[in-house]
Amino acid sequence: MSDLSPASTRVFSAILEARTGQQISPGRRWRIDVALAPLLRARGWRSLEQLAAQVGSGRDPALAETVVEALLNNETSFFRDPAAWTLFATRALPGLIEARTAERRLRLWSAGCATGQEAFSLAMLLADEPRLAGWSVDIVATDVSRAAIDRAREGLFSQFEIQRGLPAPLMLRWFEQEGEGWRAVPALRRRIRFHHHSLLEPAPAPARFDAIFCRNVLFYFADAVRTRAFDRLAGALAGEGVLMLGAGETVIGQTTHFASDAAARGLYRRTQP
Amino acid sequence: MKTCLVVDDSKVIRKVARHILESLAFRVEEAADGREALDACAAQAPDLVLLDWNMPVMSGMDFLRALGLSSVSPRPKIVFCTTENGHAHIRAALDAGADEYVMKPFDRETLAGKLQIVGLG
Repeated sequence: MSDLSPASTRVFSAILEARTGQQISPGRRWRIDVALAPLLRARGWRSLEQLAAQVGSGRDPALAETVVEALLNNETSFFRDPAAWTLFATRALPGLIEARTAERRLRLWSAGCATGQEAFSLAMLLADEPRLAGWSVDIVATDVSRAAIDRAREGLFSQFEIQRGLPAPLMLRWFEQEGEGWRAVPALRRRIRFHHHSLLEPAPAPARFDAIFCRNVLFYFADAVRTRAFDRLAGALAGEGVLMLGAGETVIGQTTHFASDAAARGLYRRTQP
Repeated sequence: MKTCLVVDDSKVIRKVARHILESLAFRVEEAADGREALDACAAQAPDLVLLDWNMPVMSGMDFLRALGLSSVSPRPKIVFCTTENGHAHIRAALDAGADEYVMKPFDRETLAGKLQIVGLG
């Protein structure tokens, strides 16, 4: 339970929503204290109320940006939700490969990639797909957090991060020890283009993706914002493409642009216009 | 119920591992070194062995080699769990037949993820 006053809570919630579309639900307001405590300590301030007053005054845009960055949830892991990866590899990828055989090119978007583990997982998965030998595989990975994208570009993970979900043989093959951490080898990093991007903006180039992974992101949005984000995703997905959502997420009641694949629950495809 | 043999010369580590594994619905047995672990496997092969590297009497690697030569059947999944966190150690363990590798310190989520990878999640 947070001791933060309702007025200060509103300041932090409002600035996060204005800049990213994300909301802090009443049940997750405790995160404000946890997320901002390091910033308080670093600045030597006494209380979140003081920080809220400073942010609310609008006189320090850089501080506001720092607060927003701290409030974003960058929780992720390699091959998060293994069942979803199996579904993608066995029920989505074969159809995508068949659809793109003539041009021998696949375009994929990890939308809301946080520190990059999902994009690296995708790159490792596709690198081991023999049917894609000699193809161009473009992976674009984006996040609204600049700090997370900077980290993703570095491809450097702590010991805790590297062994969350990543099989040891893949770790040895694609990562090198560096200090206390593990860094993705250049051959893996080169497969992904990381960009700062908000899901409320037009999709990144090439804006015609064969697969979009947007997992555990949209549930932070208010209903109307989520519907707009689905509009963006639908506009960025090729006709035969698939959308992957988080395990607890759905399109039902959120958008008319997507429907669950009748033959493979958990894969979402564009509805006919 | 799946069974796990936790092999570590540290009582504290065994206690922590037991706590996590029981929360993941494993029945847990303990051994303080590789020799005790071999005896335990011969008596009743567990589904999983969570294995430290450096131990008195018999190391984790020596246990792994001895298990390979033994008649223990079915062969349990072997997950190293050790402070030996270098690339060369991990490669050696996998080459010797380990199924997965956990670098200490570890937490519940890490271990649960590794157990999913080896098909015991």
